[in-house]
Amino acid sequence: MPNTTTPISMTGPSVKAAPNGAPGPVKLETRGLDVFYGDKQALFSVDLAMPEHEITALIGPSGCGKSTFLRCLNRMNDTIATCAISGEVLVDGQNIYDRELDVVELRQRIGMVFQKPNPFPKSIYENVAYGPRIHGFAASKSELDEIVFTCLEKTGLLEEVRDRLDATGTSLSGGQQQRLCIARAIAVNPDIILMDEPCSALDPIATARIEELMEDLRGNYTIVIVTHNMQQAARVSQHTAFFHLGHLVEWGDTEQIFTSPAQERTQGYITGRYG
Amino acid sequence: MSSEHIVKSYDEELNHLNENILKMGGLAEALLASAIESISQRDPELAAVTVREDRKIDEIEAEIDQQVIRLLALRQPMARDLRNIVGALKMAPDIERVGDYAANVAKRAIPLCDFPPAKSISTVPRMGKIVQHMIKDVLDAFTEGNAEKAKEVWARDEEVDDLYDGMFRELLTYMMEDPRNITPCTHLMFIAKNIERIGDHITNVAETIYYMVEGERLEELRPKGGDSASLFVVTPEDLKKPE
Repeated sequence: MPNTTTPISMTGPSVKAAPNGAPGPVKLETRGLDVFYGDKQALFSVDLAMPEHEITALIGPSGCGKSTFLRCLNRMNDTIATCAISGEVLVDGQNIYDRELDVVELRQRIGMVFQKPNPFPKSIYENVAYGPRIHGFAASKSELDEIVFTCLEKTGLLEEVRDRLDATGTSLSGGQQQRLCIARAIAVNPDIILMDEPCSALDPIATARIEELMEDLRGNYTIVIVTHNMQQAARVSQHTAFFHLGHLVEWGDTEQIFTSPAQERTQGYITGRYG
Repeated sequence: MSSEHIVKSYDEELNHLNENILKMGGLAEALLASAIESISQRDPELAAVTVREDRKIDEIEAEIDQQVIRLLALRQPMARDLRNIVGALKMAPDIERVGDYAANVAKRAIPLCDFPPAKSISTVPRMGKIVQHMIKDVLDAFTEGNAEKAKEVWARDEEVDDLYDGMFRELLTYMMEDPRNITPCTHLMFIAKNIERIGDHITNVAETIYYMVEGERLEELRPKGGDSASLFVVTPEDLKKPE
């Protein structure tokens, strides 16, 4: 990681500073990001830095632009014809909207996990093996096996599915399917994992497993999560960004955001007075 | 608090909690007032009533504990609400101690009535008045969410400490003059100490209110008035010296 600046300070008033004065090595950063769907502007000049090996949570009421923001980070919005973007999205300092950039390679580096678990209608093994195989990460069957086993192990799924790797991915429970999707995402060895409400379709126990997994994965990946569950944001993230009506209202240390936010709008949203 | 919660019952529970803090504070203030009154009026009956009244404060404290646990479990409060609720949990024991000290003052007032009035007795109501005002103002600061007012109360404790220190020296002198003064003066000394301690607890409450409102701790060191403890320090060398 070449992009090293001052070390992260987790406390003190400095965390209230603007996102661009972000503490620590920044993995992912947006500068002046505007997004339009046709005539409607969905994001207004968002400057946000997401530090490496940390979890950044995006919160805000429905329609505030947090999912739009997340989708800009791996160019998922490219597929929407009316969507126009200006500003910069930098991964390791490189603008991912550069014309020369290979989008397939970009999406290999930035994995994504969606709200509803969406395993391929294939076996558990194939769900994980698919990515490494098409990217040519494994020279042999045994190498591929190793990748699949490692990823299933990392997501805590291996013990649960060891005997039925040939069973279809959709035969698993909701929580297991979601962990399978995370295993699939990390199988292509990304740096960044984007999660769009990964637990909203799961029960509390499955949710706790995913949260625990996020904490385990954090050492190797940079994670950005959109969540409607504020307690979840408070539990899992180190940084929290609050979006409202397409604007980034406040960004800072999670602890600070949930104990004494600087902005009245953040205060109103997280205390349940507004939304 | 600016606007209401989407869930109305949350507001009701939070309001009820804050009302209990005010009720508790109001009772503690009244208790101190009647304890002081029983000294200046030399009224042992009023003192006895005051001692019994303390129980009411304890009951409210227990209720506040229950309310806080319930709110934390059911509402998962955040930000200002969280500071408010945790603040209430911190303030209640401080106010409860204020009640205890006021009851102790009243307890001492009963035997004190059997002695002729001491000369320095006027300092007690003076200290009592200041502390009583501190309680009133700190409760106003809580109601208004006024951090500046809380800070102002917090700074006022110094005056109480100084008065206590002066009174301590004065009482010590009376006791040296005539050993028959020792019993009433000791009672007075404890009374003054109790009032001084009330002041300390009120500064704690003020600190909590400041944090509740601002989300930051009061940074400066707490003001400290005179130090009567230094009058007690006797070294072994002092004892060896011939009189």
